[in-house]
Amino acid sequence: MNSAHPPFDPGIFGPDAIILKGLTGLNWRLKDYEARGGYQALKKILADRIAPDAVIAEVKKSALRGRGGAGFPAGLKWSFMPRQYAGPKYLVCNSDEGEPGTFKDRDILRYNPHTVIEGMLIAAYATGATAGYNYIHGEIWEIYERFEEAIAEARAAGYLGRNVLGSGLSFELYAHHGWGAYICGEETGLLESMEGKKGQPRFKPPFPASYGLYGRPTTVNNTETFAAVPWIIANGGQAYLELGRPNNGGTKIFSISGHVERPGNYELRLGTPFAKLLEMAGGVRGGRKLKAVIPGGSSAPVVPGEMMLATDLDYDSVAKAGSMLGSGAVIVIDETTCMVRALERLSYFYYEESCGQCTPCREGTGWMYRIVHRIETGKGRQGDLDLLYDVADNIMGRTICALGDAAALPVRSFVAHFRDEFQYHIEHGRCQVGSPAAREMAA
Amino acid sequence: MLSKESLQKIDAATAKYPPDQKQSAVMAALVVAQEEKGHLSTEVIEFVAGYLGMPPVAAYEVATFYGMYDLKPVGRHKLCICTNLPCALAGANEAAEHLKRKLGIGFNETTADGRITLKEAECFGACGDAPVMLVNNKKMVSFMTPEAIDKFLAELK
Ligand SMILES: Cc1cc2nc3c(=O)[nH]c(=O)nc-3n(C[C@H](O)[C@H](O)[C@H](O)COP(=O)(O)O)c2cc1C
Ligand code: FES
Repeated sequence: MNSAHPPFDPGIFGPDAIILKGLTGLNWRLKDYEARGGYQALKKILADRIAPDAVIAEVKKSALRGRGGAGFPAGLKWSFMPRQYAGPKYLVCNSDEGEPGTFKDRDILRYNPHTVIEGMLIAAYATGATAGYNYIHGEIWEIYERFEEAIAEARAAGYLGRNVLGSGLSFELYAHHGWGAYICGEETGLLESMEGKKGQPRFKPPFPASYGLYGRPTTVNNTETFAAVPWIIANGGQAYLELGRPNNGGTKIFSISGHVERPGNYELRLGTPFAKLLEMAGGVRGGRKLKAVIPGGSSAPVVPGEMMLATDLDYDSVAKAGSMLGSGAVIVIDETTCMVRALERLSYFYYEESCGQCTPCREGTGWMYRIVHRIETGKGRQGDLDLLYDVADNIMGRTICALGDAAALPVRSFVAHFRDEFQYHIEHGRCQVGSPAAREMAA
Repeated sequence: MLSKESLQKIDAATAKYPPDQKQSAVMAALVVAQEEKGHLSTEVIEFVAGYLGMPPVAAYEVATFYGMYDLKPVGRHKLCICTNLPCALAGANEAAEHLKRKLGIGFNETTADGRITLKEAECFGACGDAPVMLVNNKKMVSFMTPEAIDKFLAELK
């Protein structure tokens, strides 16, 4: 429980923290940020007139990968922005954190908002963006208000607006809020939403770098991605890379939730064993046995506990374990949990949140939910598991955005790893696991 | 239709976007309108559309797409509890049952005195603080165990 009650021990986010280092919950203001070296990276770039391409090269060297879920190299993405373009270009920060299990961007914005602003300024310099927006999850209104305050501080100090610190760089930044739609986390759904429409994702290509906000070149990055940039510029891409592993540079904030003693955010070097994170979070709640872990937000395939205990937390290692590092949201599930019921809740979520644009997703998520629901409530039929696979397969790869895959992957992985439990439900009309939740359902 | 303060807030939101992109402020404007009126009636949505110079149907689409807009009246307090999996693993279902029992209502219902509306919600991005509840959209309360809920309800006006 490390995120709700400031002031807290500044070491609470872990000894390897750089983005969350030294934060107490009370030192989020501009003067605090400057006191710990904030805005120095920006000043260095502006004073030394480092070329935008050199900034991008440094970020490429750092192997910073997008922290929003897909893990796309940030420097490479920046390089896609057209150089010669007459007219506005945009930078958008994706703080629409709604992937179940993920609550890191909230803490970055709450405890260190200026690092995001500085990261965006550096990205604006590198990509030639003239204005930026931070799209903030509507559910965290107080954090949206704080970000507005941080913007006002930065503007008053000359970091934002025309002619930043007298350098000739101009960059305006605004906060925009969502209002309860998971799909707006998808970057083109987010852009549609910013234009004042339903958040229905766009067909790609064209990608945002050529056709983004208002049809202008746009770069969208996650909050944590921007937050890492000042450190990279201040300390060098090589130093950041070395914090992690080849192709997996730096630290990553892991939001650990579910059945652990101390849920919260822990910032670790990429490549840290999962077992270490679990230990930092106080282990499985009540000393119970670990059953399974969803290592990268609810859209990531579930991994059996034993396998996860042998896995390191970086993009490539988690992929080898058959899942995804995703947003770094680690959902811990103990032995008392009914996996059918767990999947039922997730399937309901995707069904609820499908934007309805693509038939395979709109219809398929409903099918999957109804099938898992009937298995869970004791009305499952022989053949339902094959049917589930079939529906999942018919969604995957057939939709405009990745929400379809995000709904199908949990279904496939839950059934693949815990087929016995599903089969037991179908055959006996009740749960194999003696959890309170399961008993409640069986009653 | 809307108060001067509300219109000022909408104008401030509109100023964030290029002059020919006023529609970008529709989400913010609908939030302001909902806050003043309690819920978004057809008339209010049409007013907001007109104020921003967009077709009414475009504003309806937005009002119906995003989950936190209330198109029907709600109680004086709207409580939304997240029951998504990470929260459910940490006691959200028990918290939700407790709320329902204490209030004598189910999800999407309002107490007879019009005081509280209860809703089930999806992930707020606060799963480490589970169970979590949103109070009137803008205030989040954390670690809502049954005891914490009792205390919270006793203090709610
Ligand atoms: C359904 C769906 C939801 C998403 N939600 C988020 C989100 O909440 N935050 C986020 O940064 N990226 C989210 N993404 C990923 C974005 O589309 C995009 O890849 C990301 O913002 C790019 O930033 P990055 O490269 O820095 O990670 C989501 C994608 C999908 C398909
Ligand atoms: S699952 Fe409830 S806040 Fe994330």
